[in-house]
Amino acid sequence: MARYAGRRIVQAAFVLWLAATLAFGAMQLTPGDPAQALLAASGATAEEIAERRAQLGLDAPVPVRYVRYLADLLRGDLGQSWLHGRSVGRMIAEQLPATVELALAATVVGVGVGLALGILGAVRRSTWLDTIVTAVAVLGLSTPTFWSGILAILLFSLQLGWLPATGEGGLRHLVLPASVLGFALSGSVARLVRARIVEVMEAPFVLAARARGLSSWRVLCVHVLRSALAPALTVIALQFGFLLGGAVVTESVFARQGLGKLAVEAIIWRDLPVVRGVIVFGALGYVLVNLASDLAQAWLDPRLREELA
Amino acid sequence: MIEWTAPPRRPLLRQPAALASLAWLALAGLGAALAPFLAPAGPLEADTARALLPPGPGWPLGTDLLGRDVLVRILWGGRWTLGMGLAALGVAVGAGLPVGLLAGTFGGWVDAVLMRVVDALLAFPGILLAMALVALLGPGMGSVAVAVGAAAAPAYARVARSAALEARAQPYVDAARAVGCTEWRIMVRHVLPNAAAPLVAFAAAQLGWVLLNGAALNFLGLGAPPGTPEWGAMLAQGRGYLRDAPWASAFPGLALTLTVLAANLVGDGLQEALRPR
Repeated sequence: MARYAGRRIVQAAFVLWLAATLAFGAMQLTPGDPAQALLAASGATAEEIAERRAQLGLDAPVPVRYVRYLADLLRGDLGQSWLHGRSVGRMIAEQLPATVELALAATVVGVGVGLALGILGAVRRSTWLDTIVTAVAVLGLSTPTFWSGILAILLFSLQLGWLPATGEGGLRHLVLPASVLGFALSGSVARLVRARIVEVMEAPFVLAARARGLSSWRVLCVHVLRSALAPALTVIALQFGFLLGGAVVTESVFARQGLGKLAVEAIIWRDLPVVRGVIVFGALGYVLVNLASDLAQAWLDPRLREELA
Repeated sequence: MIEWTAPPRRPLLRQPAALASLAWLALAGLGAALAPFLAPAGPLEADTARALLPPGPGWPLGTDLLGRDVLVRILWGGRWTLGMGLAALGVAVGAGLPVGLLAGTFGGWVDAVLMRVVDALLAFPGILLAMALVALLGPGMGSVAVAVGAAAAPAYARVARSAALEARAQPYVDAARAVGCTEWRIMVRHVLPNAAAPLVAFAAAQLGWVLLNGAALNFLGLGAPPGTPEWGAMLAQGRGYLRDAPWASAFPGLALTLTVLAANLVGDGLQEALRPR
């Protein structure tokens, strides 16, 4: 287990390093001079721009800047926005709570609905109920949140006037975006859960349990669900990346604050340190969630624990 | 009651959902291809005298803020959206297939090196990767297609590798090697054709993914320039006057959703039809 954990941690560190390096390389390849970009609007002279370049450390050779950049990252310093001159880390910290709130609420909706649908579809395989579950799941997977979001605004805000269309503040503002993003998530969760359960239902040990004359429900709850859902939960953790991307779009639809708004504005204004900061931060979150779920999985599953020992 | 056993698999053309999906894809493709004949005036023809009109004769899906026919714009928009999707799929397959095939056929250190890189890219949320690439390439329709395609490529490489591994384990590969075929020839003439089935099925599902995410980037304003009749961009434009003309955003979104749904259903259908017994 310790060896496996060590290997997984090294792997996670490698992915993070790769992400950080890609982000750095991408910025090097991008045309344009950041000092000029920063000062262009204020009509600065050539000397002022050169001075700013030195101040930003841009006159150093690329390898030196790369090492400085990695050292800064390790200290948690994501650099400075070209547009606002503020610390990228602080800008992310300001926007983070809104995104986390949305992502968590959507996870509750998506995993709850997805689990229920997936179990229902699997136990009633190839009946009309399964057909409905499969249809709902693929619909969730295929519907862009920017369309379902707009339909939800049309119906619940403009027509019925039940919930506010945009903005934030309290539960009432969270219901629509969380449901829209949660519905999209529930599609993939339902398909994963259904496929896992169906697979386990055909396993020899399930046949053996049924042959021993155990009741169907007992076999389902004790034997099938327990061994099907543990791995399914890890795969659900992988959906964190989907949530992150989905939150970007959903925030835009409902005009919410958050990392998505920050990233989109930064891309449009080519405020590359902010883009880079959001990417590196997103990768960090994603890698940590996956690492945690893999380690939890290995710790929970005795077979895996032995295999990895 | 609990159903314990698997249903028999059906060929693609015996699955109603897959058939309907193929029909929709054909219709959308034809509409986009024939747009210049069906609506020769083009998607930009504005007439403020008929702005924000609900669906009616003359403009079956209503008009937008500038009095442009929403149906005409959806037809022309298919050229942007479907073109972007196909281009992105081309990038994903073009980059992912050779990598996966090489890794699966040659194995050894080739496999180890290529798959470490693929794994690292896979450990990165696809849409974030696409957004990073758009930031690098600069906003635009071409950037969106390349970015979304590149973000989909690692997953395609994984699937191509496992399909190649499976095909390589067959006796005919040993036979080919015994008569003196080179590894390259084995890869191109023996492994690739026999690995084709799962690769086609996965490509269909990937088409759904790139369409959805490409349109999302356009919706966010990172792709097509303002006014372009791309479906995601149309949705974003219509959002500004949602209360007065919901049809201007609802119908482009419907066209996009149906297309993504159709691609996913064809992918599912192929997977069922090609499932090994």
